[in-house]
Amino acid sequence: MASAAIPANQSPKTNYLTNGYSLKSWLLTTDHKRIAILYLISITLFFFLGGFFAMLIRLELLTPQGDLMHADTYNKVFTMHGIIMVFFFLIPVVPAVLGNFLVPLMIGAKDLAFPRINLLSWYLYIIAGVLFLHCMLVGGVDTGWTFYPPFSTSASNTNVIEAGLAVFIAGFSSIFTGLNFIVTIHRMRAPGLTWNRLPLFIWANYATSVIMILGTPVVAITIILVAAERTLHLGIFDPKLGGDPLLFQHLFWFYSHPAVYIMILPSMGVISELIACFARKRIFGYNFVALSSIALAVFGFLVWAHHMFVSGMSLYAAMVFSFLSFSVGVPSAVKVFNWTATLYRGSISYATPMLYAFGFIGLFTIGGLTGLFLATLGIDVHVTDTYFVVAHFHYVMVGGVLMGFLGGMHFWWPKISGRMYPEAWAKLSALFVFVGFNLTFFPQFILGYVGMPRRYWQYPHEFQVLNVLSTAGASVLAVGYLLPMIYFLWSLRYGPIAEANPWNAAGLEWKAASPPTTFNFDETPVVTWEAYNYDEIDAKPQEVPVGR
Amino acid sequence: MSEHATSRGFYVALGISLLVLTAVTVGAAFVNLGPFNPVIALLIATIKATLVVLFFMHVKGASEKMTAAVVISGFFFLAILLVLSMADYLTRAWR
Ligand code: HEM
Ligand SMILES: [Cu+2]
Repeated sequence: MASAAIPANQSPKTNYLTNGYSLKSWLLTTDHKRIAILYLISITLFFFLGGFFAMLIRLELLTPQGDLMHADTYNKVFTMHGIIMVFFFLIPVVPAVLGNFLVPLMIGAKDLAFPRINLLSWYLYIIAGVLFLHCMLVGGVDTGWTFYPPFSTSASNTNVIEAGLAVFIAGFSSIFTGLNFIVTIHRMRAPGLTWNRLPLFIWANYATSVIMILGTPVVAITIILVAAERTLHLGIFDPKLGGDPLLFQHLFWFYSHPAVYIMILPSMGVISELIACFARKRIFGYNFVALSSIALAVFGFLVWAHHMFVSGMSLYAAMVFSFLSFSVGVPSAVKVFNWTATLYRGSISYATPMLYAFGFIGLFTIGGLTGLFLATLGIDVHVTDTYFVVAHFHYVMVGGVLMGFLGGMHFWWPKISGRMYPEAWAKLSALFVFVGFNLTFFPQFILGYVGMPRRYWQYPHEFQVLNVLSTAGASVLAVGYLLPMIYFLWSLRYGPIAEANPWNAAGLEWKAASPPTTFNFDETPVVTWEAYNYDEIDAKPQEVPVGR
Repeated sequence: MSEHATSRGFYVALGISLLVLTAVTVGAAFVNLGPFNPVIALLIATIKATLVVLFFMHVKGASEKMTAAVVISGFFFLAILLVLSMADYLTRAWR
């Protein structure tokens, strides 16, 4: 029955993009690929909005005096930058765009298990986004993305509740995505596609989904408690009312540390796909890489209080958390070492996606290692709440997550759009991103180490040179992000038509047409090979693995 | 899975009893029981949560191992939250 003919497939010309042009056919679609496109458009808009706030921050910090805006405005600007980038960009970006598009394709399914819930999750994202835009327009919020009380509950006179509600709703959107992925990966794999044969991107999204489902409710409840304290003056977090502010920090970071793995794991999955394809090799230590995703999901829940070392928490507990934090370095390192080992004697080519993969490995390594600095109790006391921390998390979030996303977008763009992007421009912009990124954020390590605190709108004169470098880098970086947007749009019309499998890559998604038809496969594929069987594919080059 | 467990009347009754327990929680908050106020409140909350998990979420009567795995991992992560937070609260030197 699974192989019954589907009318949409009878004309080879109809694909998921041409199957209906009306607005309704998009807004009421249950096709995972169309929902991925909806997400792509909306998340990109939020990315540029968040980027706009980043530019304001960098412009203010160009000079030591607070001259561009008031201190209060600056507080709002970095808060809105943080909230937008974390909750409306980094958390959903890879699962909701690439994951939505690819999970069913990669496992040989026609759609996700719950297509309507998938659409609902996009609407929740939009509702949350609109709510936050409204909150922004009526004055914004100034608590930092971390919403710490008692400032957020008793002192701040900005729209904390509305911002919190937006984050709350966005959280449900990601719970729905996670739920959908877990059920889909358990129940809808093609015959023969055992767990050991799954692409590592699937493993990564599976682990991510587990974190989404287990962690997000905690931050949702915490936000409700903040709202309750703010409106009803219940004493939960504010010491004046008999509450405990550290309780908030425990609850918040119980979610928000694992949330950094929600962000990075799917990108790590992307990198595994890219490295395997452009080194033409099976990922070295496939099982370890797969299980390290699960390990990160579990260990990620054991380390949260490393964000609280100077908060006044118990010194003994701090030592335990410091020790545990080193444990998340292990699965992270497993991945990095296995990727580099995969390169060994691989037949490497330097297409744009691979450039991003290389960028990811280098930048994530710096970000991860500085994470270990911060996890060291004695060093953290010195650099906490300085630009060192800012540099650390931008190396992992921008250097990691965003590099992975861009690499993935280039890799799967032929599949998504049916067109090739212009390779020379893409290489150039990858260069802009890499150089701009390092110029922006490396100086911040030094700034933090010599004592520049984060979240201030002015600073002593001696910090200016490094801040100017950073702002200059941010401008280069901005060009690096604008270019892909322009040439991706350009390629929709003028790009060369893509074949089904332009990279000669392994993976079921490449057996579907480019762009895929609405139901992905004419017949449910039967898998008889291991993941990343590049040795088999390359052994008989004329037999491109497009089945049928 | 048994017949009457899935009947509509059963769920309505269950829903009403949850509301009653909520009322009891609110009522108990007005009686001064000293340190036992939170104990009572947590006890009632636990009973309510158990009812929801067993019946509304159909965990009672479910035969699949997967359900057990999901429930156990939920409690496991809750335990992590409680135990490691307590590691802080119980060992603060300045207390
Ligand atoms: C190798 C594993 C990692 C370790 C050991 C680690 C450790 C730490 C520590 C100890 C801090 C707190 C510093 C302070 O506030 O004093 C921190 C902050 C942070 N880390 Fe990491 N980290 C790691 C990986 C990551 C990853 C992969 C991401 C994101 C993708 C990330 C995102 C963040 C963020 C956003 C903050 C700052 C939160 C804030 O205060 O606003 N980290 N990290
Ligand atoms: Cu952390």
